[in-house]
Amino acid sequence: MINILIQAVLLGGYYALIACGLAFMFQVMRVINLAHGALAVVSAYLVWLLADSAGLSPFLGVLLILPVMGIAGWLLQRLMLERAVRGGELLPVLTTFGLAIVLDNLMFQQFGANTRSLSPYIGDLSWEAFELPGNIYVGKLPVYILVAALVILGGLDLMLKRTALGRQIRATAADPVTAGLIGVDARRAAGIAAALATMTVAVSGVALGLRGTFDAYAGAPQLLFAFEATIIGGARSLWGVLIGAIVLAVAQSFGAQIHPQGFLLGGHLVFLIVLFVRLSLKGRSLNLMQILRSTGKGAAQ
Amino acid sequence: MSILKISDLDVRYGQFRAVRGVSFALEKGEILALVGANGAGKTTLLRALAGANPVFSGSIQLNGTDMTQTSSHARVAAGLALVPEGRKLFLDMSVEENLRLGATVGRPGDWTVERVFETFPNLVKRRHAPTGTMSGGEQQATAIGRALMSNPDVLILDEVSLGLSPLVVDQVYASLEALMHTGTTIILVEQDLTRAMTVADRVICMLEGRVMLDSPMAETSREAITQAYFGSAETGAVA
Repeated sequence: MINILIQAVLLGGYYALIACGLAFMFQVMRVINLAHGALAVVSAYLVWLLADSAGLSPFLGVLLILPVMGIAGWLLQRLMLERAVRGGELLPVLTTFGLAIVLDNLMFQQFGANTRSLSPYIGDLSWEAFELPGNIYVGKLPVYILVAALVILGGLDLMLKRTALGRQIRATAADPVTAGLIGVDARRAAGIAAALATMTVAVSGVALGLRGTFDAYAGAPQLLFAFEATIIGGARSLWGVLIGAIVLAVAQSFGAQIHPQGFLLGGHLVFLIVLFVRLSLKGRSLNLMQILRSTGKGAAQ
Repeated sequence: MSILKISDLDVRYGQFRAVRGVSFALEKGEILALVGANGAGKTTLLRALAGANPVFSGSIQLNGTDMTQTSSHARVAAGLALVPEGRKLFLDMSVEENLRLGATVGRPGDWTVERVFETFPNLVKRRHAPTGTMSGGEQQATAIGRALMSNPDVLILDEVSLGLSPLVVDQVYASLEALMHTGTTIILVEQDLTRAMTVADRVICMLEGRVMLDSPMAETSREAITQAYFGSAETGAVA
């Protein structure tokens, strides 16, 4: 029982890692980036390429692709999202959905249907474990992933709350026109925020590759887990995302105990329960944007 | 050289011409009262000056530099700050955070967070309070302080007394009093004509997007301004 709980919390660490970029994009830019999972898989492939061709450790590889993905995020904001947002709330969703399809299929064309993994490149780390009292073993890798999630969430949170850049990003999120009127370059702030979000995606993509295998179409499930974690935790704060991710992972793990097929179902069930409870509390209709707005209300003021 | 020069400015919402052929120039240190009925185009004019509304035709020059197409944050950096109608504070941020945001462009000058708190002593105890929880007067003081943090050459105040009790309006203007003697050029929109006539040394009255009256305050009268305000026959026929 305790073992399941501990393993679930560690899995939650991974979900928090993939969800934090999605939640950050939503909080800051009011954009639900449906290409989030695909971008994570792109990062995983990039690191895999570096490891496969140059023998580079994935931990060094991720440092190399961070700036690459950062620039990709900045370009995504400048070339696509900035224009899409002007067309209303639904357009960014459709645009990033299209981008995800394009990326998925480009990767399929390039890398084929074979599954890949980054675990062969990290030696013993993929199966090494810490022994806890009570004969419980926890894998070192999941622990490191949880720590990475905590560091990134904490870092983003501190940056938003304590730094001038964070204030500018929050101001831009709340009201880009007024932000401009008091001297904040809203386009620059949004571009930096998108770059930061995509850099966290790069880390989560590497985590995906280290934990197991991935293929060109592995992005969609990652997006789904990130989305569920964000909604359960509420897009209000980044720490809420961590809680949501752990709740999701615990629900999945207990679901799997009840029935072999229960892993995904358990997660979906908790997601739907939280969603309907929120909706009935708000007394709102079943409208995607309204749901998201109600969960992200704190940042939307 | 005029600090702010507006030539033949036209601002439109689609087909609707909210501001039509407005021209005027402001010298350093002038305090201009902009009056006019609701819908006369005052706020649209001010927002176009600050870069929040696009200009259809005409030009805006600040310190001799053309600013007609410049983005709003670059205009703040060039020395023009707007206190928007309705204050538009970032409500989940504290007073201090709002003020620090105002200093984003980093123009050199005297205004610091501490000096804003000296100018508006009622804010001191609310320093770390979210501005969403504050009274209208405190919010207005924060909005003015935030604009001052950019050390503007030209400060635009759009309806600072809107929604405030007369007592609080007195307090806000008392705080502005000191500011008005520091050589900052000010444009203010004020519905209270008596107050506008006391604080400003020049008045522009707008009607349906046009300037009906532009005069030094000393050379005009309440009657003349009222006539321009309502567009009676002596100041010209209204289309």
